[in-house]
This record gives sequence, structure tokens and C-alpha cells, in this order.
Amino acid sequence: MQELTFKVQRYLPGKDKKAYIQQFTVPLRQGMTVLDGLIYIKENVDNTLSFRSSCRMGICGSCGMFINNFPMLACHTPVEELGTDRIEVRSLPNFPVIRDLVADLDLLFEKHKSIKPYIISPDTEEAEEPTAEFLQSGEELEGYVQFAYCVKCGLCMAACPTVATDALFPGPQSLGQAYRYCTDRRDAGVEERFHQADSRHGVWLCHLAGACSEACPKGVDPALAIQLLKRAMVFDSLRLKKKKKPASIAQPLAESKPKIDVPEFTVKQP
Amino acid sequence: MKTKAAGSENRHLPNRLGIKSWVWGGNYTLERYLYTLHRVTGLGLLLYITLHLAMNGFRLGGVESWIDIMEILGMSGFKVGEYLVAAAFIIHALNGGRLILQHLGYTLGKPKPPVYPYVDSLRRRRPIVWAMLALIVALAVYVLIVFVT
Ligand code: SF4
Ligand code: FES
Repeated sequence: MQELTFKVQRYLPGKDKKAYIQQFTVPLRQGMTVLDGLIYIKENVDNTLSFRSSCRMGICGSCGMFINNFPMLACHTPVEELGTDRIEVRSLPNFPVIRDLVADLDLLFEKHKSIKPYIISPDTEEAEEPTAEFLQSGEELEGYVQFAYCVKCGLCMAACPTVATDALFPGPQSLGQAYRYCTDRRDAGVEERFHQADSRHGVWLCHLAGACSEACPKGVDPALAIQLLKRAMVFDSLRLKKKKKPASIAQPLAESKPKIDVPEFTVKQP
Repeated sequence: MKTKAAGSENRHLPNRLGIKSWVWGGNYTLERYLYTLHRVTGLGLLLYITLHLAMNGFRLGGVESWIDIMEILGMSGFKVGEYLVAAAFIIHALNGGRLILQHLGYTLGKPKPPVYPYVDSLRRRRPIVWAMLALIVALAVYVLIVFVT
């Protein structure tokens, strides 16, 4: 049976001063992912190995790790795709390590929360007690839906060289989400978010290294969202763009008769 | 943007890559390392301007000190330095032009619903970067020929 060498980062708080690498041998199975390899180690070799995972299908975003020097979702990375039998797994860079491969993602969630990642409705009454849907065209939806696929895995933050050097930079995840909401016609929080992004440690510190979009496992393309946010902010300050009109509310459906009459029963009812 | 989570870096093992990630941060491709090149060439040009201003200050010392400094600057090591400054200028100017356009979202295309396998906007527009690099190499070679002849 072919075997894989897993070199895994270990760190036990209170005991270790710094992280170190421990080597494990794992039997290769067909279709095996990096997460499967880690689960094998935990179940068969060393049950003290700590890592985070949940859905095992690239949806929850909890298994982000630095695998062979690239941020990836462990459950979404088949070992065959790595093209080597030596796999090095470290915890995500730019996030503090809690233990072994478990990164502290508080920073990501705090930054995400700080941009108000929800629709700030201009009509608070309608937002509290909705009477109907807000109208939105397909084209408007296409303007942001790509950015709405974010699973908050933090891979983009681990890849970003500005996050690596500036603790106060909001990072690609939250700035991308700021644009996602600013471009939504149902939202009226543009000014607040622009004001927040336009700071000394804000959006202008993005120098388009593009590593965030390269690493994103969901095709969100945060680098594109950030550049579009900058453009929107520049145009807004130069008053070059019309303010977006707030989305209107759908009219109640008109009463209508069914076009085709329901046919009579052809079988006699008992 | 201050967040209380910034404090968690003190509780757990810090793992911020810092400035060393400019040199090598992982197996990323072209743009991430152009980011580094842009900064390095920018810092190089800044250093050159500082030295240039300082050298010009020798004029205050009269004709003799100016001739002395010009003699030193005429040495071959400084010629190589001058060429590196010209090359840094070409890289910084052309890549800077690309960055100005792309920072404003131009040449990147529109957002699209993601379809697997995902290709992001920068990689879709890679030919722009290749064309820019080809132009940089052509200009750098031209300037080298001018320097040598
Ligand atoms: S933008 Fe992509 S990489 Fe960043 S947190 Fe969202 S899903 Fe993860
Ligand atoms: S376990 Fe959910 S994304 Fe990997």
C-alpha cells in the first residue's frame, strides 16, 4: 500500500514556546483528502492532534490550513491534486495559533462584523414588518452575487501580504463584503461603509497582490470587489456617479383566474 | 478599523508573517511577487533620489569638490547602479500604470457568478501583465544597449 508522509504543525499552549513539525505516515486511499489524512492520524496514531472541521464538503469554511505552502480547505484538497507524497500542513498564517492546526479566527469575524455585513434598510418600518419582497433585476443581482458566496474561511486573509504586515488592515474578506453590501440596491449603508473603509489602515492599503483571489476556494474574487469598492469611493468623492436608487417593493400580485380550468374528474367519485 | 480581536494575538501564538512574506509568502503566482517588485523598485528609486540630492549638495563645496565627486561617480560600479535605477524606473512606471488602472477596477472585467473551476479576474486578464512584462524587458534591453554603447 502506498504511503504518504504528513508533516504536521504541533503547538500545545502552556507547554510549547513555539510551533514545531511532527511527521506521520498515513496509508493512501483512493479519493483521500488532506482532511481524511488528518482524521486518520487523530483516530489511529495520535488523538491529541487538534484541527477544526465540520461539513467536509467545502461549505462551512472551518478547515482552512496552509497546505504545502498555500492556504486551502483541507476537506476540499484531494491529496492526489498536490502531486507529491509529502504533505506539510501548518495552521493558517496571519492568524494566531490556538493549538496545533487550530487558528484563532476572531480577528476575521470581528473585522467582518465591523463593516455591518447586512442590509441596512432605508425603510426601517418595511425592514421590521415586511409587506412584500424588494424588487431586484437579474443584472443587479449579478453585480454582487459572486461576493455573496463567501464562507468566511479566512484563506484570503492568510494569503494577503498587507494583512501580514498591518494588524489594523481590514483585509480582503471584510472589504470584499463591504462592496457586496454597498452595491446592493436594497441597502442604504454606503456612506457608513465608505467612511469606515476610507481610513489610514483602510482600503487604500490594498496594493493588488491578488493572492486573496488566488486562494479563495469559493471563487469569490475579493481582489475584484476591493478594486470596485475603490472605484465607487473615488467616483463618489468626485461626485461622478449618480446615487443608487433604493429598491422598490414588489406590488401585490393582481387577482387572476387560472388560465386553464381544472378538468372535471373522469372517474366517477364514489 | 480597530477591533477587540486584535488582542487575541497576545493570548495565542502569534503567526503574522510580517515583512518576510514580501520575499516569500507561499506558492502564489505572478501578481503577488509583482507587488514585492513594485515596492522594492519604489524604495530603490527613493534611495536614488535621496543620494542624488545629497550628491548635488557637493556643488556647495565649490568646483573642486564637485569634480572629485563626479570622478567617483564615473566609476564602473556606479554605472551599474545607474543602469539599475533606470531599470527600476521602467518597472515602477509601467507596473504603476497597470496598477492605477486596475485599482480603479478597469481591465478587470465585471463580477460574474462563480462557476467551477474558478478563475479570478486577475488571472483572466493575465495577458495584460504578460504584455507589460514584455514591454519592460524590451525597454530594459534597449536602455542597456544605450548604456553600453
Ligand atoms: S473571500 Fe473567499 S477566501 Fe476569503 S473568507 Fe470568503 S470564501 Fe474564504
Ligand atoms: S470542513 Fe467545512 S469547509 Fe472543510
